[in-house]
Amino acid sequence: MIISIASGKGGTGKTTVATNLAVSIESGVEILDCDVEEPNAHLFLHPVIEHKESVAVVVPEVDEEKCTLCGKCAEICQFKAIVVLGKTVLTFPEMCHSCGGCFEVCSENALSETGRLVGTVEKGHRNGLDFVHGRLRVGEAMSPPLISKVRSFARPGMLTIIDAPPGTSCPVIAAIKGTDFVMMVTEPTPFGLHDLKLGVEAVKLLGIPCGLVINRSDIGDDKVREYAEQEDLPILMEIPFDRKIAEAYSRGELIVEVMPEWKEKFLGLYDQIKELAGREEARG
Amino acid sequence: MKLAISAKGMDLDSQVDPRFGRAAYLLFVDSDTLAFEYVDNAANVNAFKGAGIQTATILSDRGAEVLLTGHCGPNAFKVLAAAKIKVACNVSGTVRDAVRSYVEGKLTFVTNANVEGQW
Repeated sequence: MIISIASGKGGTGKTTVATNLAVSIESGVEILDCDVEEPNAHLFLHPVIEHKESVAVVVPEVDEEKCTLCGKCAEICQFKAIVVLGKTVLTFPEMCHSCGGCFEVCSENALSETGRLVGTVEKGHRNGLDFVHGRLRVGEAMSPPLISKVRSFARPGMLTIIDAPPGTSCPVIAAIKGTDFVMMVTEPTPFGLHDLKLGVEAVKLLGIPCGLVINRSDIGDDKVREYAEQEDLPILMEIPFDRKIAEAYSRGELIVEVMPEWKEKFLGLYDQIKELAGREEARG
Repeated sequence: MKLAISAKGMDLDSQVDPRFGRAAYLLFVDSDTLAFEYVDNAANVNAFKGAGIQTATILSDRGAEVLLTGHCGPNAFKVLAAAKIKVACNVSGTVRDAVRSYVEGKLTFVTNANVEGQW
C-alpha cells in the first residue's frame, strides 16, 4: 500500500505526520520524501545514507553538419526549447520537458541525446525503516522527473509513505498520483482551509480516497471541521498546538520519541487508513 | 535601420510595452522614414512557455536589426544575440519618442539580459 501525505498549504505538518507514522509502524515501511525542492524528513529521521545517484533527463543536441534547418523540431516543441534562427539552431535545455518529439520528427538524424542534470537521489535507512529522498539541483525548475525517480524506489509488498510537496501543481500530482490513500494535513485557519479545498479538489480528480489530519487543532476556527463534514472527509487525527511538540520539532526530534504515548495514536491513524483504503478497494 | 519596438498599441503614438516576450504588439519601424508595420503578438501574450524565445524569433524572421524594449530576459537575449539584433532596455514613453532617442544616439545597448528568467 502507498499512502501519500499532502496538504495544499505549506508548513501544516506533512513531514511531522509522515515521519511519526513511519517510525510508529516500525517494520516493513519505507518513507519517500518527494518534496525534492526542500526535503526535510531526514532532519527528523537521521538516516544513514548508503547510496547516492545523479538523475538527468534527456535533452536534444544538434549536429549542425547534418541539420538541414527544416524547422520540424522547432514546430513540434510546445516549450520553445529548440529554435531555428537563420542558419543556426538554438536549444534551451532548461525549457525542455524531454517529451522526445524533436527526435521523432528529425528525418536527418541530426539530434543526439544529451542529459540535463535535475538532481540527486539518496537512499538509506534508519533501524528497520527504509529511506529515500531527492534533492533538486539548485536552479532547476522541473521537479516531476526527480519525484518520479524517487518513487521508482518504492518496493511492492512494503508500506510506502510518501511525503509530498505542498501546493496543487505538477510536483504534487507527480507525488500523489497512483497512491492508494491521500492524507491531507491541514490547520484550522482561513489560509489552511483555502488551500485544503484546492488540494481536496485535486485529489478528487485523481479519484483517490482521502482523509484529514488537523494539526494545531486547538487554534483558529471551526471552518475546517464544517468543510470536512460537508465534503464527507473523515478527520482521522487531531494534533494540538502543544509546546512540547513544537520544542521537539525545533530540535529535529520526533513526537513519538519525546512523547511515546503518541505512538498508539499514530498506529490508530494507520488502522483507519487501512480500513478506508480497503473499503475503497472493495468498492472497486 | 529597421527597429523593432515592443508596444502596447498599433501605431507610433502607442506606449512602449515594458514586457518584451509578452508585449501586446511589435512595431517594426524604419528609423529614416518612420514607415512602420505592426504585428499582433497575442499568441505570445498568452503563451504557456517560451514567449521571449518566440517573440525574438519573429524579430529575426522580419529582419529587425535593433530592439527597443523595457525588459529582456535571458532566453530572449540568447536568441537576439544569435540573430545579431542589438538590444536597448528600460526604454519608456511612446514608440515615437523611443525611435527619436535611438536616432539621436541617446540609447545604450545591453550586453546581457536585464531581468531574470520567469518560470
